[in-house]
Amino acid sequence: MREIGYQEIVDTVARLSMGANYYLGQDLLAALRRAKEQEESPLGREVLDQILENAQVAAEERMPLCQDTGMTVVYLELGQEAHLVGGGLTEAVNEGVRRGYEEGYLRKSVTERPFSARINTKDNTPAVIHTEIVPGDRLKITVLPKGGGSENMSYLKMLSPAAGRQGVIDFVVESVDRSGANPCPPTIVGVGVGGTVDKAMDLAKRSLLREVGAPSPDPEVVELERDILEAVNRLGIGPMGFGGRVTALAVHIETFPCHIASLPVAVNLQCHSARHKSAVL
Amino acid sequence: MKITTPLTDEVIEKLKAGDKVTITGTIYVGRDSAHKRMIETLDKGGALPFDPQGQIIYYMGPAPAKPGQPIGSAGPTTSYRMDPYAPRLLAEGLKGMIGKGNRSQPVRQAMRKYKAVYFAVVGGAAALIAKRIKSAQVIAYENLGPEALRRLEVEDFPAIVVNDIYGGDAYEEGKARYARTA
Repeated sequence: MREIGYQEIVDTVARLSMGANYYLGQDLLAALRRAKEQEESPLGREVLDQILENAQVAAEERMPLCQDTGMTVVYLELGQEAHLVGGGLTEAVNEGVRRGYEEGYLRKSVTERPFSARINTKDNTPAVIHTEIVPGDRLKITVLPKGGGSENMSYLKMLSPAAGRQGVIDFVVESVDRSGANPCPPTIVGVGVGGTVDKAMDLAKRSLLREVGAPSPDPEVVELERDILEAVNRLGIGPMGFGGRVTALAVHIETFPCHIASLPVAVNLQCHSARHKSAVL
Repeated sequence: MKITTPLTDEVIEKLKAGDKVTITGTIYVGRDSAHKRMIETLDKGGALPFDPQGQIIYYMGPAPAKPGQPIGSAGPTTSYRMDPYAPRLLAEGLKGMIGKGNRSQPVRQAMRKYKAVYFAVVGGAAALIAKRIKSAQVIAYENLGPEALRRLEVEDFPAIVVNDIYGGDAYEEGKARYARTA
């Protein structure tokens, strides 16, 4: 049985927390450059220029792309034949976050006692951890620092099955419209359709890990993604909400079977600083 | 247009929604928890940690500064969360707010009543924005960490007027210009 050590997990989570906050993915940078070509609004193009320049400065100086370095969402895919040694998995992830956020000069944005005293935990823990047991003997770790501004623009609706495809389109477009400039457009619109309430939102958030604009493997979903993206980009919100063609860079939809009575739809918006990094141990 | 702080009515009268400005001078920084504390102080009849007359508040919570730098990444946070507190500060003489995203009707009314403007900066361009900040100092509520009240000296800090004193709104106007029907 293959062993994976506690310290290796700590080091990896710390490194991914910093890397995700300093460097945008090539897929996202390409999408932002395409957006600049499509954008008709001069102010919109200027905003996109600033976003691209910011990405360059952040990478060169190892400075956070955004001061909001997020609540840290961590996805773990643990091979069932791997054996973890030297300490607990949850502790290792939180220790990695603690170290990464301290050593990387990342902002500590997590507060306990959410409805009352709201006391900063001062080390950005606890992380939100999703663990899946998969075949094999490896551990895949993905760190997604999620900013509060775009996370606040999240929506969930239990549609009636009769609402169908059009109901899904209307709800998603209405959600983006209502959010306006708040989630820092151009966004990636994460959508989960199906499952239960919790599953739908999980799908919406996981869809943000897909390469930007990479289509779903399901042709029916590809068409829905395309139709929603077109409708969203007709809204006119534009980069940072100042008006323009590009309100969203992509719509990512993940689906799951659901109850015969239900049609859950979840929307989780991701700002243009769509940060995530993965590693396999 | 170049503007300097503190803001005068004369300058505010010239600003129109959609104008691009650069701001030079002192600005103050506060977000959710600092606003809550300031309003609690006012409710108890106390004095604010700074004199708000003619001043600008930037809704922001910076990343920690690396050694030798005045501040870490420093982009705007979403403004609507400060809407419950803003009219009270405008009544106390605050003349400008910097953030991102739209404001409530009561805030927009208070801006017209007290002659104040709301500016936006590009969210997520936080490393770039930090370059325009020459110094930063915590002036109150240090235990709030990133949410502490700060005083900044900024130079040519780029912003866009969202709401002017004439009822203009750059978001509504921009959206209307580019919206299309199917």
